[in-house]
Amino acid sequence: MSVGIAVERKDALAKVSGRAKFTEDFSVKGLKHAVYVRSTIAHGRVIKIDTQKAREIEGVRAIFTYEDVPKNLFATAGHPYAIDRAAADVADRLMLTQDIRLEGDEIAIVVADTELIAHRAAAQVEVEYEPYAALVTPEAILAPDARKIHPGGNVVGAHSYEVGGEIKTAEKEAEIVLEGEYSTAMVQHCHLENHIAYAYMEDGDNIIIVSSTQIPHISRRIVSEAINFPLGNIKVVKPFIGGGFGAKQDVIIEPIVAFLTMKMNGTPVQLNLSREETIATTRTRHPFYGKAKGGMTREGELKFLDLDVVSVTGAYASHGHSIAIAGGSKTCTMYPRAVIRYNAKTIYANMPCAGAMRAYGTPQVVFITECLMEDMARKAGIDPLDFRIKNVGLPGDTNPYNKQKILTHGLQECLIKGRELFDWDGKKAAYVDKKTGVIRSGIGVACFSYASGTYPGNVEIASCRLILNPDGSVHVHVGATEIGQGSDTAFAQMAAETTGINYADVKVISTQDTDYTPFDTGAYASRQTYVNGQAVYKAAVELREKILSYAEKVTGQAKEALTIAGDRVVYHAQPETMLITLRDLATDSYYHKNRGGQITSEVSFKTQTNAPSFGCTFVAVDVDIELCKVTIKQIINVHDSGKIINPMTAKGQVHGGMFMSIGAALFEELLVDETSGRIYNNNLLDYKFPTITDMPDLDCAFVETDEPTSSYGVKSLGEPPTISPAPAIRNAILDATGVAPDRLPMSPKNLFEQFKQAGLI
Amino acid sequence: MRETISFVVNGEHYSKNIDVRLSLLELLREEGLTSVKHGCGVGECGACTVLIDNTPIDSCMYLAVWVDGKTIRTVEGEIKDGKISQVQQSYIDAGAVQCGYCTPGFIMTSTAFVEKHKGQNVDRDEIRKEHAGNLCRCTGYETIICAVESCLKD
Repeated sequence: MSVGIAVERKDALAKVSGRAKFTEDFSVKGLKHAVYVRSTIAHGRVIKIDTQKAREIEGVRAIFTYEDVPKNLFATAGHPYAIDRAAADVADRLMLTQDIRLEGDEIAIVVADTELIAHRAAAQVEVEYEPYAALVTPEAILAPDARKIHPGGNVVGAHSYEVGGEIKTAEKEAEIVLEGEYSTAMVQHCHLENHIAYAYMEDGDNIIIVSSTQIPHISRRIVSEAINFPLGNIKVVKPFIGGGFGAKQDVIIEPIVAFLTMKMNGTPVQLNLSREETIATTRTRHPFYGKAKGGMTREGELKFLDLDVVSVTGAYASHGHSIAIAGGSKTCTMYPRAVIRYNAKTIYANMPCAGAMRAYGTPQVVFITECLMEDMARKAGIDPLDFRIKNVGLPGDTNPYNKQKILTHGLQECLIKGRELFDWDGKKAAYVDKKTGVIRSGIGVACFSYASGTYPGNVEIASCRLILNPDGSVHVHVGATEIGQGSDTAFAQMAAETTGINYADVKVISTQDTDYTPFDTGAYASRQTYVNGQAVYKAAVELREKILSYAEKVTGQAKEALTIAGDRVVYHAQPETMLITLRDLATDSYYHKNRGGQITSEVSFKTQTNAPSFGCTFVAVDVDIELCKVTIKQIINVHDSGKIINPMTAKGQVHGGMFMSIGAALFEELLVDETSGRIYNNNLLDYKFPTITDMPDLDCAFVETDEPTSSYGVKSLGEPPTISPAPAIRNAILDATGVAPDRLPMSPKNLFEQFKQAGLI
Repeated sequence: MRETISFVVNGEHYSKNIDVRLSLLELLREEGLTSVKHGCGVGECGACTVLIDNTPIDSCMYLAVWVDGKTIRTVEGEIKDGKISQVQQSYIDAGAVQCGYCTPGFIMTSTAFVEKHKGQNVDRDEIRKEHAGNLCRCTGYETIICAVESCLKD
């Protein structure tokens, strides 16, 4: 058995030994280095650009400006192509721009022999601007006389729906109604490896791009669109990647390196963004501004949730309104028996561009929802945990939003399990007299739901090719990308499980190369084990069948009586009796002069299901009123992600997600000046994501439902852990202090204002 | 300006004539020691941590000329006779490896820590304090602490 056990990661040895090669680690002869000339203002238009001085610097090989790039607008979001063009991503970008929409917008690019020379030359490019007032706050952006950041206006998208009944009726039935306003901050992914790509040309008209990307196949398409080059003549290679978290589910630098090599006769050109560029000019998480209203009966029955949100996408649409659409839909799966109205709008702003980030809008909307739920429970005098247990969805409930029956819904089970593991009731009693003085203690809970892919919003396609090597080992080719989450390991476990071949003999080819890697849209939406897992399963069934058929041919034994056990074919009934080793069988298939052939299987598969996953966070905090500082004393996430393929890597995903949410809850905020659009903290010293000393011990548990729509009972796990910790921490601070924080992060700076307002200090 | 320096990396002697502006990070990477990662270039993230005379140092802001006469260790050199070190193995066993970009730097910090505190009774706060110069965005640090703990116990 290979699934369900904590086998060693396939890539662990490569990574601890330094052998894992990331994009920057390959040596390319004659590599040139590109550096952007970036705008120094946040909003305006370039009226003059002079590159003469820069061109005279020794070692500068080329400079291109906005005048030199194709004028076809393209979209960068890493989504599958939308056959329905009305659903296509917003095409609002050129590779280099004359119209400035954020501080650091890309005006020109210098290519030189070294990065240092390119930086020096970029600084010598003289730019004159016509500056406009920077639009940063929703009020300024949506003002009737506000300048249009893009020709189409400042609203990227909007939608609304009312499901599960009518708000008007539900409001009448509700005995307790509460309103609140809650907002979340702009945070950044801060993957340790910055954005990097290089490109060169070979054998005629072929562009090869090596990139730190989550989405090699999508990247190929978008480069083709951006530079007007045939898709089939572009190859994207994805080696090991140093984290992405959604920032690399966007095609950010691949088009320009492809353009540069094309313009420079195939010379290899690399663009390696600095940390400062990565933080401020790639992608961020959309800040949300939410107005929420909810109603319930005195007995604690949730009647309705009415959410009105504004999502700020920054200078360019990137994933645009999809974030607000995806984020909002999850509330309906959490509380499917309530009437839910959701009204959302996404707007441009003269600040860093927001895109996909772990859990894709859901942390924002769930923060708003779970703050409101908490405030309602407290107003009604009902235990917030009991309130949730009573109202969360149950197996068999119908999601009012998509009308799908929820087959496995482990949320209530998660809450009950967490109650026990965390000792909610014991702590609640023990903390009663810890609500005064300088240090106050509180407990909080919050829950979430998520999806296991993007269907039916997008196509969900995955592919898998299995090859039996001459030595009896198996190679797995998948387009699904390993980005640190452990997907290669999970796929190897799945292939081993279904074929019966040893896990150690299954190798997943970790590097994707669009010339030979079968098609898959890549790492996002926590889709890979759910969607690609089904392709692996089908391919493994087929490979097993082919191996046993060939065994029948070679040994003369009926294949129905045979099975694969590790490295050999045995009798079902007598597994200790070996018929033939896989090595001998494979060697025969390759080299016997009169029979056989390479034994392979290949499946391309589209799923038309999308299982919701669930979970919750329990947290205990101490709040130092005078320092406005929150210390997490205990935190535990409980997840229903279906069956767990690898308990060790699963735990790692949960820890990492919790950490990101704790960062967003207490520390992280990309600060933009509201008047100038200037970005204050584009580095890891001033953008404070938690260090090891800021982090508490992390704990997690699983409720393993068996999801019938996936091959191994799995549901999503990569992104979900980062949804509920922040609202749980907020609710614990409220429990400790009586003050209800209404915006993230709950840093000393922000808590100080709220505590002062409440008269605590 | 150039200068000739001599140093030892992972037990191998080097004598090089280098541009005095070169950082140790650049020098090591040019020599093929690409486990030494560039994450920020200014000593914020610790991905470029190497041991210089057994002390963890951010090689991105350490001039290469300063290693004249010194001994450097990187993860490549922690593999002895084809066998990875106890710290490397503990990172694997504890599940402390995810994307792997911070891993080499973290392992070198842990290596120095474990060598310093072997057999001592060290609490989690002390492990945290001495790993505070290394950032990881994947693990939440929990399993990294577990890995270090397991090395101290054995």
